[in-house]
Amino acid sequence: MKLSRRDFLKRIGLITGTAIITTPSISEAYTKGDDPSIYATGNKANARVWKVYEERKEKHLPPPEEPYGILVDVSKCIGCRRCEWACNEWNQNPNRPLKEFEASVHQKPSVFDKIRRPHAGQFTVVNRYYTKEGKPIYVKKQCMHCIDPACYSACFVEAFRKTAEGPVIYNPHVCIGCRYCMVACPFDIPAYEYYDPLTPQVTKCTMCYDRIVQGKVPACVEICTAGALTFGKRSELIKLAWERIHNNPGKYFPYVYGEKEVGGTSWLYISPVPFEEIGFRMDLGETPIPEYSRNFLFTVKLFEVVAAWPLVFGAYYQISRSRKKHQSINEEKGEGHGEK
Amino acid sequence: MVKNNSSWFREKILMGRTFGEFIKDNITIGNIIALIILIFGIYAMIYRLICGLGPSTNLSDDYPWGFWIGFDILVGIALAAPGLTVGTAIHLFGIKEYHHFARPVILSSLLGYVFAVFALMFDLGRYYRVFYLIGWSWGFESILFLIGWHFFLYINISLIEFAPVLFEWLDIKKARDFFAKLTIWATIFGVIIAGGHQSALGGLYLVTPSKLHPLWYSALLPPFFLISAIFGGISIVIIEGTITHKAFKHQIKDFDEEDFNRKLIGLGKAAACALYIYLILKLLDFAHYEKWHYMKGFYGFWYLVELIAFVLVPALMFTSAVRNRLVWLVKLGAVLTALGVIINRLNVSLFAYKWYVPFSQKYYPAWTEIALSAGVVTMLILTYRFVLNRMPVLYEHPKYKSEH
Repeated sequence: MKLSRRDFLKRIGLITGTAIITTPSISEAYTKGDDPSIYATGNKANARVWKVYEERKEKHLPPPEEPYGILVDVSKCIGCRRCEWACNEWNQNPNRPLKEFEASVHQKPSVFDKIRRPHAGQFTVVNRYYTKEGKPIYVKKQCMHCIDPACYSACFVEAFRKTAEGPVIYNPHVCIGCRYCMVACPFDIPAYEYYDPLTPQVTKCTMCYDRIVQGKVPACVEICTAGALTFGKRSELIKLAWERIHNNPGKYFPYVYGEKEVGGTSWLYISPVPFEEIGFRMDLGETPIPEYSRNFLFTVKLFEVVAAWPLVFGAYYQISRSRKKHQSINEEKGEGHGEK
Repeated sequence: MVKNNSSWFREKILMGRTFGEFIKDNITIGNIIALIILIFGIYAMIYRLICGLGPSTNLSDDYPWGFWIGFDILVGIALAAPGLTVGTAIHLFGIKEYHHFARPVILSSLLGYVFAVFALMFDLGRYYRVFYLIGWSWGFESILFLIGWHFFLYINISLIEFAPVLFEWLDIKKARDFFAKLTIWATIFGVIIAGGHQSALGGLYLVTPSKLHPLWYSALLPPFFLISAIFGGISIVIIEGTITHKAFKHQIKDFDEEDFNRKLIGLGKAAACALYIYLILKLLDFAHYEKWHYMKGFYGFWYLVELIAFVLVPALMFTSAVRNRLVWLVKLGAVLTALGVIINRLNVSLFAYKWYVPFSQKYYPAWTEIALSAGVVTMLILTYRFVLNRMPVLYEHPKYKSEH
């Protein structure tokens, strides 16, 4: 049996860990009402996708003509949660039988009772909201794949990339685990493997980069039979979204979410009700988040460069002054000795 | 050879006592309390290393940064600014009356940074990769990258500035003289670096306009952090100076209390200036972004408390103390100011961060998080005392006296 050093250390850690202190088990998580995907560790999808990206870069494969995107038509989603299942399946995240996912829409109580968010072992979730008339609306949540991503500019080891195809991908091989990307993300998407003591990583939706480059559509788009998800070139999806809004007067709230939010995102949403009612933030603004840090970094560099020169001259002045003083002290001393 | 080594150890580390005597001398109430805190803190550290961040903290995907970043890094670094403020004043502006403060001030900055980074290691998911930041993978667009590099540089700068003391203690004249010459250059570089990263710590939150409460979020966050680090640093010099000059009185033979008090009042004057500048900038920020309508509710109240009780009141205290030459008031003002810096940093990083989350679902530190931080603070104080007891920090080494 091959046992790498890291695995060995991990095992030792685990054994001693359970011996000294008992860690909360997944069964406890259920009683606490927490999502079991919080406790997931050892995600493989992000590393796999990064490998595909590196291979393509080495081969100098040409980028597509235009970046891709996905349009979510919230009015068509039926809450079957098949996208969640397909996502877990493709990305090798902890999964349950498909039937359990499909059943939750009719169950009481069901997972829909709580508003969920992606966690370490789950890249996408479907949430249920109610309109003012009491009609349920199902909204899929995952990484928005910003055009100018906050996580990229936040990361101090440059573990994120915005690919030419559209997905924002993550490189676990350099990540130190500072979790600033999670602080910076305006959509609160990146999750962390808090329950891995040695090799935790950030996890998030990859927009199935590994499928897109093979000419396939993302796993969630492929399985969606309700027609809620459309994969295509982003610019064409924006046109399609506005066409749908104009061709069906009264059916949609006239807004394409993600067209301009924080500089634009690869995922776009159209909805029958105002977006605030289904858990979207309308106050994010159109400025890409990285703009804030770029402006600041430029100012700091400017100040540091401008302030450096007077300080250097000041120091030089101090040194020459103290030298003169030393000289005069020495001279005085010399005279004193002479008198003696 | 072995004998030689052990006698060196006995002379320098145990201060001329045998190991048994050393232990016996150190059984005091203060040390026992420190030991208890250390036991809890080290337990928390081991627990974190073995079981990971999940079980040992209350961090979650919604609150990726908790008490360790808020207290150990933001508060710790702000209060480790004495080197930036007083050190600069002495070496660069040639305010020589304060040269007694130069060494304690550098020591507190050095230890503050070293222990802040030490505590940070427990917060990083993969702490063993931290050197990637320095030599492997550079994220030039990140404010955190700037901070990481600046921490690294500043610790080195503080080491250079402190090196003369170390070599006086070890009695290696050549090395001591070499580093003594470097001090002024290290100081200049230190001002630039420290100013850069103190403001960058505020800059970290520039990218969270949608998450930080509008009363605390501002384009002026970097200058706010820089200026509050300046008055925070000065208050720490006042507090620390008061304590060390009481506890280590025997070390300072020609201690002139009158003169020392005069200097504390001088420091109080500087702190008052910084506090007033901060207050004016805060008001400008408040008026410019028209924050009036946020004043209702608990956050508005809390904002006012922070600004009035911990900025305006200490500023007035310092003013009155300087005018009426009241040293006790300077000391009280310093405590209040330092407390205000702590509250401000925790407000930005924990309290006003994701303010729209109801209180029941907000992040509260786990006991292990607080124990670890308390343990690190205890280690810092013990190390500080260890150094003061042995090295020529508060007094001048008789051999090198003339060279000041």
